[in-house]
Amino acid sequence: MIRLVGILVGLGFTFVVLLTFGVGAYTAATDPATETAENVFHLHPKEDVHYSFEGPVGHWDIAQLQRGYKVYSEVCSACHSLKQVAFRDLAALGYSEAQIKAEAASKRVPGVDPNTGEAASRPALPTDYMPSPYPNAVAASAANGGKIPPDLSLMTKARHEGTHYVYSLLTGFQEPPAALAEEFPDFTIPNGGHYNPYFASLVIGMAPPLTTEGQVTYDDGTVPTVDQMSQDVSAFLTWTAEPKLVKRKQTGWPVLGFLLFATILAWFAKKSVWANAKRRED
Amino acid sequence: MSFPWAKNYEPVNPVMKFMDEKLPLPRLVYNAVGAGYPVPRNLSYWWNFGVLAGICLVLQIVTGVVLAMHYAANSGIAFDSVEHIMRDVNWGWLLRYMHANGASFFFLVIYIHIFRGFFYSSYKAPREMIWLLGVVIFLLTMATAFMGYVLPWGQMSFWGAKVITGLFSAIPLVGEPIQVWLLGGFAPDNAALNRFFSLHFMLPFVILGVVILHIWALHIPGSSNPTGVEVKQESDTVPFHPYYTAKDGFGLGVFLLIYFMYVFFFPNALGHPDNYIEANPLSTPAHIVPEWYFYPFYAILRAFTFDFIIPAKLWGVLAMFSAILVWFFLPWLDKSPVRSGHYRPMFRKFFWFGLIPCMAVLFYCGGAPAEEPYVMISQIATAYYFLHFLVILPIISSVERPEPLPFSITEAVLGSDDSAVIEPAAKAAE
Amino acid sequence: MASTGTADAHEAATEDGVRRRDFIEIAAVSAAGVGGLAALIPLISQMAPSADVLAESSTELDISTLEEGQSIKAVFRKQPVFVRHLTPAEIQAANDVDVSSLRDPQTLEERTEDGHHNILVVMGVCTHLGCVPLGAAEGENKGEYGGYFCPCHGSSYDTAARIRKGPAPKNLEVPTYEFTTDTTIVIG
Repeated sequence: MIRLVGILVGLGFTFVVLLTFGVGAYTAATDPATETAENVFHLHPKEDVHYSFEGPVGHWDIAQLQRGYKVYSEVCSACHSLKQVAFRDLAALGYSEAQIKAEAASKRVPGVDPNTGEAASRPALPTDYMPSPYPNAVAASAANGGKIPPDLSLMTKARHEGTHYVYSLLTGFQEPPAALAEEFPDFTIPNGGHYNPYFASLVIGMAPPLTTEGQVTYDDGTVPTVDQMSQDVSAFLTWTAEPKLVKRKQTGWPVLGFLLFATILAWFAKKSVWANAKRRED
Repeated sequence: MSFPWAKNYEPVNPVMKFMDEKLPLPRLVYNAVGAGYPVPRNLSYWWNFGVLAGICLVLQIVTGVVLAMHYAANSGIAFDSVEHIMRDVNWGWLLRYMHANGASFFFLVIYIHIFRGFFYSSYKAPREMIWLLGVVIFLLTMATAFMGYVLPWGQMSFWGAKVITGLFSAIPLVGEPIQVWLLGGFAPDNAALNRFFSLHFMLPFVILGVVILHIWALHIPGSSNPTGVEVKQESDTVPFHPYYTAKDGFGLGVFLLIYFMYVFFFPNALGHPDNYIEANPLSTPAHIVPEWYFYPFYAILRAFTFDFIIPAKLWGVLAMFSAILVWFFLPWLDKSPVRSGHYRPMFRKFFWFGLIPCMAVLFYCGGAPAEEPYVMISQIATAYYFLHFLVILPIISSVERPEPLPFSITEAVLGSDDSAVIEPAAKAAE
Repeated sequence: MASTGTADAHEAATEDGVRRRDFIEIAAVSAAGVGGLAALIPLISQMAPSADVLAESSTELDISTLEEGQSIKAVFRKQPVFVRHLTPAEIQAANDVDVSSLRDPQTLEERTEDGHHNILVVMGVCTHLGCVPLGAAEGENKGEYGGYFCPCHGSSYDTAARIRKGPAPKNLEVPTYEFTTDTTIVIG
């Protein structure tokens, strides 16, 4: 009885799903889905830059992270927040306590007037998180044509191939290719938009942020080309997204080494235990 | 119950004697997973995955309880509290990555355990109850994993909660009120997050309870084995300890190696980048998918795109739930007297060339965008899925001619069994 | 000679074989034990203060407006700190006490910084069971000895915040602090 009902139910589901397959196939044949400009012209991140933290034994390039922080604080921070990162975290970039204190004190964060209790601002302390450029989302949206500049703390983890994505995006601003206009005559770049094939919708609201060599002055003598600044800030944002990345890999090796050793021991122990079983049958 | 030759627990010292008289817990352990449990001597490594699943459950409970000490189930700060764990809590990054990847590996182990059961027909009499409880565990684990994925309050968390509770809105008339009731609001927010956290904390202990029933039920008939021939005599078995504790120990080592390789070197490979963006009720990610372990069922859900009598959405929901509910009826759908796929030529072909590719396709299509050709491919796979369990299994179990079985496990292992000769002779003499 | 040697070697091999098997099993179980113990490290240390909590363990205070006879309450590690500008009478009272008669013998001088013996910085945490003593704010009960009084179980502290009466075993704790300028204290 169960089998009879089962066969009927099974045939029922099969019939419906094959029917829907037939309808879908008919629609696909008579009304094929049209390609969109995003499908054809969107590019995956360039992966030709190598970073020190990649690979199983990666480590931070402290000088690069410091340069990246400088790019962030002098360029990106005008519009993008970094709210998961506190000034105290900069100790991991090799800054001394005094430097961190001075760096924090150079930025202002919202506070209260200690005498009146009214909203005011005060110099930041090392325990404060990086201040946001806008007081709230409405202000951020209003100042940027309705598009809120995203927080950058986790950007490199929030996109596929995040580090390469940020680098590609920063160096990917260009004129739309001629083929685009040919294939998709309806495709237009709205006012205030910028063509960038690494951005999912091809048109990004952000104007090219890094445009000229020397836009940021590096203290360590590295030549601040646009490409160099883009690499450095991508590396910095990888650190902000996962400050424990290098520690994680460093912890991984001894753990895996120990487990390999223990597993080999377990293999021999298992063999020796089962050897007893085999012999008992003799 | 146990086999008559099972070793009896003998407390060796006065403390254990005292315990044995007042609360015979050591005896219980001895008989459950110790030397007092005789197990078929021919179990393959496919039989490691039951113990591994139990270890995964413990791993998830331990790391989960610890994470709950730092996590804040409030939609305003949940996302930040997870980042707090990743950045500031001592070893927080390790504990969170262990928990997140632990969920994936738990499902990997469960899937292998279930498909072991399919191939060796472990669901057949006298083990129907073990199987039914196992399906219950699977359903509870899916619910727990889904609610756990909502907790970080990223974009995928939010939209996953919205879409999955939206399934209930497919129910005619009462559907939408049910969705609103489940969420405690019109969209996922603080109320939903808090109840999901509460249930996500509580359900693993329910799972643990059902696991204990699952193991209890297992000890009534004893473990199945790759030949599917029941245990006949002492030479067919070895005591669980030390034989299978040693084998499970080795299996655990291999499992932990692969698991920690992911935790330390590819911790986000099984997750989705969008979940590192805080939940935003006003913007849906371009391509929303559940976690990989739900892909096959998600593919079945999306396979129905045509309103036939009832809306396509309801067909999808019905089919998705039926896809798992079907497993409850397996013991009665498959009536072949032979258990093991090794001795069932037709069953074996449908398993390797039908069910396994079908599942692989569903896994692949469930993670792909809802575009052609993925939808059409998953429709074919969905059709096969239902045909396999509901039509093919019942029919082949009647028409198939199984290959000859070994007389006993001993014969299968050693090539001969003295009692195979003696017993029929004795019977003839009667 | 040679034959004896072979026999001995054979004997040793058997014994050695048994021993080696036992050894491997013991080693495998021990390795599992070591692994289990190592797993306890993250599970235990996650309960210790996290990086953001530790980072807040220093407090900077401006005492330029603190008049004689006034106190301020500050917060250090989420606990109250009392900073009191002692009056000459209070200093006198504190110095008049025979130190050897105290439960926790300490002079006022030992409990304050050189050059600033009139500024008393103590944790506002009773050493009995951790309540906040009264006496820092204007008009609060200062207890029998004119310092601080804990209302929970009646411990009285004197003007140098030393325990004089009641169940508390120790003087109010002086946190580590320093004067970075004449009017700025950094606690912690």
